[in-house]
Amino acid sequence: MAKVTIDGIEVEVPNGSNVLQACEAAGIEVPRFCYHERLSVAGNCRMCLVEIEKAPPKPFASCAYPVNDGMVVHTDTPMVRAARRGVMEFLLINHPLDCPICDQGGECDLQDQSVGFGGDSSRYLENKHAVANPNFGPLVKATMTRCIHCTRCIRFSSEIAGVPEMGATARGENMLVGTYVEKALSSELSGNLIDICPVGALTSKPYAFAARPWELKKTDSVDVLDAVGSNIRIDSRGAEVLRILPRLNEDVNEEWLADKSRFALDGLKRRRLDSAWVKKDGKLTKASWPDAFAAIADKLAGVAGDRIGAIAGDLADAESMVALKDLLASLGSTNLDARQDGAALDVSRRDFYSFNTSIAGLEEADAILLIGTNPRHEAPLINARIRKRVLAGGLKIASIGPAADLTYKVQTIGTSPADIAGLLDGSNAFAQVLAAAKKPVIIVGQGALARADGAAVLAAAWKLAAQVGALTPEWHGFNVLHTAAARVGALDVGFASGKTLAQMLGGGVDVLWLLGADEFDTAAIGPNTFVIYQGHHGDAGAARADVILPGVAYTEKEGTYVNTEGRVQRGALAVFGPGEAREDWKIIRAFSAMIDKPLPYDTLEQVRARLVAVNPVFDRVDHLPRFGCSDLTGPAGDAQALSSVPFTAKIANYYMTDPISRASATMAACTDAHQSPSLAAE
Amino acid sequence: MAFLDRTARSLLLSELVSGMWLTLSYMFKPKATLNYPYEKGPISPRFKGEHALRRYPNGEERCIACKLCEAVCPAQAITIEAEPRDDGSRRTSRYDIDMTKCIYCGLCEEACPVDAIVEGPNFEFSTETREELMYNKDKLLSNGDRWEPELARRLELDAPYR
Repeated sequence: MAKVTIDGIEVEVPNGSNVLQACEAAGIEVPRFCYHERLSVAGNCRMCLVEIEKAPPKPFASCAYPVNDGMVVHTDTPMVRAARRGVMEFLLINHPLDCPICDQGGECDLQDQSVGFGGDSSRYLENKHAVANPNFGPLVKATMTRCIHCTRCIRFSSEIAGVPEMGATARGENMLVGTYVEKALSSELSGNLIDICPVGALTSKPYAFAARPWELKKTDSVDVLDAVGSNIRIDSRGAEVLRILPRLNEDVNEEWLADKSRFALDGLKRRRLDSAWVKKDGKLTKASWPDAFAAIADKLAGVAGDRIGAIAGDLADAESMVALKDLLASLGSTNLDARQDGAALDVSRRDFYSFNTSIAGLEEADAILLIGTNPRHEAPLINARIRKRVLAGGLKIASIGPAADLTYKVQTIGTSPADIAGLLDGSNAFAQVLAAAKKPVIIVGQGALARADGAAVLAAAWKLAAQVGALTPEWHGFNVLHTAAARVGALDVGFASGKTLAQMLGGGVDVLWLLGADEFDTAAIGPNTFVIYQGHHGDAGAARADVILPGVAYTEKEGTYVNTEGRVQRGALAVFGPGEAREDWKIIRAFSAMIDKPLPYDTLEQVRARLVAVNPVFDRVDHLPRFGCSDLTGPAGDAQALSSVPFTAKIANYYMTDPISRASATMAACTDAHQSPSLAAE
Repeated sequence: MAFLDRTARSLLLSELVSGMWLTLSYMFKPKATLNYPYEKGPISPRFKGEHALRRYPNGEERCIACKLCEAVCPAQAITIEAEPRDDGSRRTSRYDIDMTKCIYCGLCEEACPVDAIVEGPNFEFSTETREELMYNKDKLLSNGDRWEPELARRLELDAPYR
């Protein structure tokens, strides 16, 4: 540790820190454009100048100057102020004064810092440098005239996103940041470029000119479009969600957000179910809530409990799932399933189906084996975390599964479950790597489990983990990577009992309640099965339904979600649902009263108390303790019955995986742009 | 003495005469009243009357939807929605002023970076219904077109003091 005095405040910072970090530790604001704490240091904006005692009498760029013990730093001397004012004047020489038409206006670092540290007027009368605007695809809008050449976007692309497609050509005033050859950005994390750009050079294309930051209502919530459970901030105005931004959570998403989570929000406005529908004479007709309930009650009368089933979708909140579970229990049914893809998850123990190492824990791993998963598409932020670990050095990583570009180098040691056997008997060289590793990690994807020998793959992966020492009281290296935000929550409330999905299809039940379930083949539902679809989008499930109950999407309700790690998080209501749509647990509660079997809760607090009663993990909101594994008993499944049918990718198109992103025009444009290499989407 | 003095004044009608004299003197002075609406008083170039949205000489609307007027409006009388126009430029798709909320403070005009929203010299825009005072973009632009010569002139006169 080094003792540094900043403006008279003494702080201790780790050796190797830079002066800017020491200033932050002392709580002193140092202006900066190019410095970003998660990117490498470039030191090219020169805004963070400070004065250091007993050093050459010149201003130092604090972001690129390491601390020494006993260093005395001044951040507010006449020399520092004059130097920063001079730097700001240089930056503004070529920066256009188009703040009124710039989307960054109101949340722009350059605006704020020129007020705080710049001069009061301009002495520059000459023409400004202007450049043409490149097309970066359907998500990022580039106005390169505004660029101040901080190179944050270049460093983000090559370091965090791992897609080194941005760069700079020419030097000095003529420097131009771009993609060299004009193309759509191909990273799943490209939206973060908008956040890290300190000026309005990179802004959001779908959000272009939509609103000013001061008009927006900000609601802290949780993302549900993948199973990472990224913390988000929903910006809304009136009844409309206008944009979604990441919120800092070091344990989950750091400060990044995947593109689908950020840009699929226009899907919340299209194809919405805003009133109840009942099928009459083979045709869906609009109905009132009481009529829709009556239609269901009529149908349920006389149906045996065993002939009723429910399937929970990928976006369902835990409250509605526990309510639906209780409703079915009151009707005498335990036929519940949330595994729409048929993944062979063993629900007998929580660590059989969750990401036990935790996302932050990946940074401690020293060997990783991916089985049947492409984390880049299934969970871009977990992939970014693995990449961060790869860049830190000393990590051995291998994959069994379809070849894919994961943005870092992966040794492909097999393509099919049979190759796990090679690791189990030690014939594959990577087995020794795993065994030698102190903290090995095995990640099993849904693509490996949603197949005939899924149970065998799960058992074999667990057996391998136990064998290589990934399961110790201090370290849990067995992970299941989910793709659906509702999945772990569903398994936690026990939404996997009685008949499985496959048994319910093809006439296995007479009444089937779909809670936003769209991801299975609805054509396989028996022709005489009465289907109730409760959800927010007119997608596959609603098309097959006999009664549609309009629910609300994740931005429109208070919901509890459990991410793939098993972290319980709460989403919040930002706007109200459209039309007649109601919160899902309330719909189920109202229906239970209608059939005279009222569920024993009337308020959200009571439902949450019921959740805790069902599974105590729901009491641990926002907090996930690290744990090891002391019971090495594996999940059910014959670890020998491994087939040699190759694994297939679980997600074919990253941009469209759920009803919200399928309804989104932005996601459609992304699909277009990435399936045809030319800039189709404009 | 005081009694005699008072009696003499009242018998000679002196108060009446002095009053009539004052009346007579005003008959020969210029009139202080105006024959409104045929005559109108002078208005300062800074007079804050009815709002208008101006255009550039080439017909392009000035407003760029920066929303500064909406933000500064103390009565929250202005509502703006913006979107990219077909040519990609930033323009309002909605610009409403609720003239019944407006307090005619002129801050919108002060905030405007392109002199688009201005308060003109017109103060005669009373209406029969309340709804007619909810101005939309078309109404404001047509105001601008109608008053442009006077709007330009008062901006020019006021320019030295800005």
